[in-house]
Amino acid sequence: MTSAALRSRAWKLLEMVTTPLLPSDYLDLVSPLRAGADLRGRIEAVHPETRDAATIVIRPGRGWRGHTAGQYVRIGVDVDGVRLWRAYSVTSPTDRRDGRVTITVKAIPDGKVSNHLVRRATPGTLIQLDQATGDFVLPEAKPSKVLYLTAGSGITPVMGMLRDTGFNDVVMVHCAPQPQDVIFRDELHRLVADKKLRLTEVHTDTDGMLDIARLDELVPDWAERETWACGPAGLLDAAEKHWSEYGVPERLHTERFRPRIVVAGDGGEVTFSATGKTVDADGAKPLLDVGEEAGVLMPSGCRMGICFGCVTPLKAGAVRDLRTGEITEAEPGVLIQTCVSAAAGPCDIER
Amino acid sequence: MTAIDPTAHLTAEQIEELGRELDAIRDEVIAGRGEKDAAYIRKVISAQRKLELVSRGVLLFSIFPPAWVIGTAGLSVAKIMDNMEIGHNILHGQWDWMRDPKIHSTTWEWDHVSPADQWKHSHNELHHTYTNVIGKDNDLGYGIMRVDEDQKWHPFHLGQPLWNFINACFFEYGIAAYDLELGKNLNKRRRKNPEFRARAKAVGRKIRKQVLKDYVIHPLLSGPSFLPTLAATFTANLVRNLWTHSVIMCGHFPEGVQVFERRSIRGETRGQWYLRQMMGSANISGSKAMHFMTGNLSHQIEHHLFPDLPSNRYAEVAVKVRALFDKYELEYVTGPLPKQVFSAWRKVFRLSLPNKKPKVETPAHEQELVAA
Repeated sequence: MTSAALRSRAWKLLEMVTTPLLPSDYLDLVSPLRAGADLRGRIEAVHPETRDAATIVIRPGRGWRGHTAGQYVRIGVDVDGVRLWRAYSVTSPTDRRDGRVTITVKAIPDGKVSNHLVRRATPGTLIQLDQATGDFVLPEAKPSKVLYLTAGSGITPVMGMLRDTGFNDVVMVHCAPQPQDVIFRDELHRLVADKKLRLTEVHTDTDGMLDIARLDELVPDWAERETWACGPAGLLDAAEKHWSEYGVPERLHTERFRPRIVVAGDGGEVTFSATGKTVDADGAKPLLDVGEEAGVLMPSGCRMGICFGCVTPLKAGAVRDLRTGEITEAEPGVLIQTCVSAAAGPCDIER
Repeated sequence: MTAIDPTAHLTAEQIEELGRELDAIRDEVIAGRGEKDAAYIRKVISAQRKLELVSRGVLLFSIFPPAWVIGTAGLSVAKIMDNMEIGHNILHGQWDWMRDPKIHSTTWEWDHVSPADQWKHSHNELHHTYTNVIGKDNDLGYGIMRVDEDQKWHPFHLGQPLWNFINACFFEYGIAAYDLELGKNLNKRRRKNPEFRARAKAVGRKIRKQVLKDYVIHPLLSGPSFLPTLAATFTANLVRNLWTHSVIMCGHFPEGVQVFERRSIRGETRGQWYLRQMMGSANISGSKAMHFMTGNLSHQIEHHLFPDLPSNRYAEVAVKVRALFDKYELEYVTGPLPKQVFSAWRKVFRLSLPNKKPKVETPAHEQELVAA
């Protein structure tokens, strides 16, 4: 018998010992970061960067497969007891000696997770992790000239690149409201002093928003540069148009942080994605009824919110609890009770 | 219905007002759920797992009597924690709001021979929706006993004290059979129903795994302590079954608890539903440890009003609920465990015999109605 087969036999036996739980349920108590466990990480430190941004140092579990500069990682954090998932760019270099990774988070107004991480997260806290992903990365063949065009927290994936790979000729144009809002400002200025980077800071409170036409003046040879741009949609839209008009769209790489903008309204178009049905629903009718009337096979139970027999994943959009008025927005892992939830805008139910 | 309707003094408006006041209590707890509650359930789960692990470890040496006693006691408590404060409450969806897929009503499985999803249907859905409605809520005597005068007497009921005792000893099997609705489904036609067969198979698988673990694997791992470990796990299961059966009997069987007729719930409003839960349940009074070991089902009234609120909040909710009972002049049935258990058992004995006499003179016009 191969060792893999032996291991799997041994594991089966162990499962018989621990049934109905799994051996991992017990192992998680003592070693949540071990190899083979669901991927998790432990927050080891929180370093303030600006008045509303902080870098979180994370020790990833043994299953962490590393990242490529520029990629992001999804993390699941318990905020007020509720697990919420968000994606953040990895800001540490890929060859960090201690194996830790960092993310740098800017607290956005009303951002549950970002404010929690920046202001309340404490070392020792266990968080959930996904493997790093994203194709906003440097190419294997080094370009001779590079431009980084960033704004606000759009600097975070680029910082991961800057810290990871040095180039001979790098220019950065970065926008932030005021000098003190520039995340990593000291480090950027050190790179400038060491002649590893040419930096233009645009302070939008005094200079106004960056007009993409000004690039000709700030970086005259921009069209010859391999460019990575990250920031608000307005900036990226303008950049894409600009690069296209000059006939060099392939030189521009963009990354959009898509804040989920869910406008919670009253009723909306409901998609039952497993069945492929779409119907209009009003804001007062339980989604269970909406589905049943549309001929979708819906699990059901008490039909009054007490038995949890109808819980179903909410894949997109928002729903309103008909009892409390509470709005629930779609996030990975969010299940709703269809018998007491109504559409609050367009939504997608996995049935 | 019981002879005198103890809610007769309430007007329809009062009942709806009561419903709104209960909704307000619920909303307040939901708004306040947070980190502390999440930490509580995680702590309980972690403690349960550690206790079970240590107890099973000690039982490896159960050939030594002190090890047998300690291990058996520990395992009994661990099994009670698993079923009551953890399993029952997670399967009610009380902790679904945490969005932790490992502590969720859709993924949790418990140390019990009834598979979680079957139990959720018969308990969460049928029992909690139709609480104490004769003919709809099979928890009223589990289909093998008569626990209210209004249920028809049959000579079979003469043996019900014995049935109840056997059921108490092997309660988890009783529940599994009950969830399968064995009594109804064992006739020739129904037992071939593929849906029933699939469910019966699932129960069979669960029983096999549980039995293998408790009565084969762990004893074998104990080597020379094989027999003592076997006896220990049997004892722990027996203790757990007797305990959970006693606690659960106290929830709806003691004197003072009301039962309802099928037709009384037609077109029931939210306020009336709440009122039925209030009158159909009974509490157990006692210390914090007592509440914990019953999985907070000692707060059965509060649990039936708000089955999805986290169990650690029932104690604070109980104060407000009791104030409403007083305000609306309703009887809050509660008492210490021995008193409630005795009361429930007395009822089981009393109703094993046919009703002594008609409990109330039925007015002539109602007799006509019944005849029609």
